[in-house]
Amino acid sequence: MTLAVHLPLWAAILVAACVLLGAVLTLIGTVGLLRLGTFYERVHAPTLGTTLGTGFILIGSMLYFSLAGERLVIHEVLIALFVTVTTPVSLMLLVRAADYRDRLEGHDPEAEAERSAS
Amino acid sequence: MRTLARAILPYPLVSLGLFALWLLLNQSLSPGHLVLGGLVALIAPRGLLLLEPPPVRLSRPVAIVRLGWRVFVDIVRSNIAVTGIILRLKRRERNAGFVAIPLKLRNANALAVLGTIITSTPGTVWVDFDSATGLLRIHVLDLIEEADWIETIQQRYETLLLEIFR
Repeated sequence: MTLAVHLPLWAAILVAACVLLGAVLTLIGTVGLLRLGTFYERVHAPTLGTTLGTGFILIGSMLYFSLAGERLVIHEVLIALFVTVTTPVSLMLLVRAADYRDRLEGHDPEAEAERSAS
Repeated sequence: MRTLARAILPYPLVSLGLFALWLLLNQSLSPGHLVLGGLVALIAPRGLLLLEPPPVRLSRPVAIVRLGWRVFVDIVRSNIAVTGIILRLKRRERNAGFVAIPLKLRNANALAVLGTIITSTPGTVWVDFDSATGLLRIHVLDLIEEADWIETIQQRYETLLLEIFR
């Protein structure tokens, strides 16, 4: 596989824009993971990366490989499918674990969320 | 005959899917991969058998497409909303909190789909569902009006899911 297939300029710009947009969204999600206040809030941030972040990068990849004519574009569809199906499972597990722990330790998760939000 | 087929392939669709997936991931139709894929398709569904998944019965393909479109639109919208929240974190008073939503939905598969939708949409996370009371708890990052969220989940998703998983 050659690293840089010669793409027309418009295609190169389109691919670059998609990949960059996806990467920026993922980065924002990561920043959110750092900056948001409570555990329950932080768990929302990475979903930026797992939805549109991944989506744009995969669209870029699809465009590149189909324009370069190297292979079928099914890999990306599979990746999107697996990411969509698996991330919610881990996020749900994390949230439920936090919820369970809050109850076990006698904190009311609702009050907890509000207290640390302010 | 039927029972024999069931003993060999308890979930024919899952087997077919795994076989196709194997070949697609390997980008190959060579005899070796056909054999390996065949083995995966024969053996892996036995694990599923142990889990005794509830049977899936889908109706209304139109509703499935509509639900898919709604989810796509909502994911794009909430990506924009959550990006805004993260980037200008301190401008506006923002309330995160839990919302309890009464659901009519009881089908385990439908609830799994709803959980995936709610959790993969930025800004909302599934917390738990009480099958006795039918009360779903979600956590919302930008909670303005509880009633809006209850209505959104019920109107946008639950009604369609009730149609699809009858």
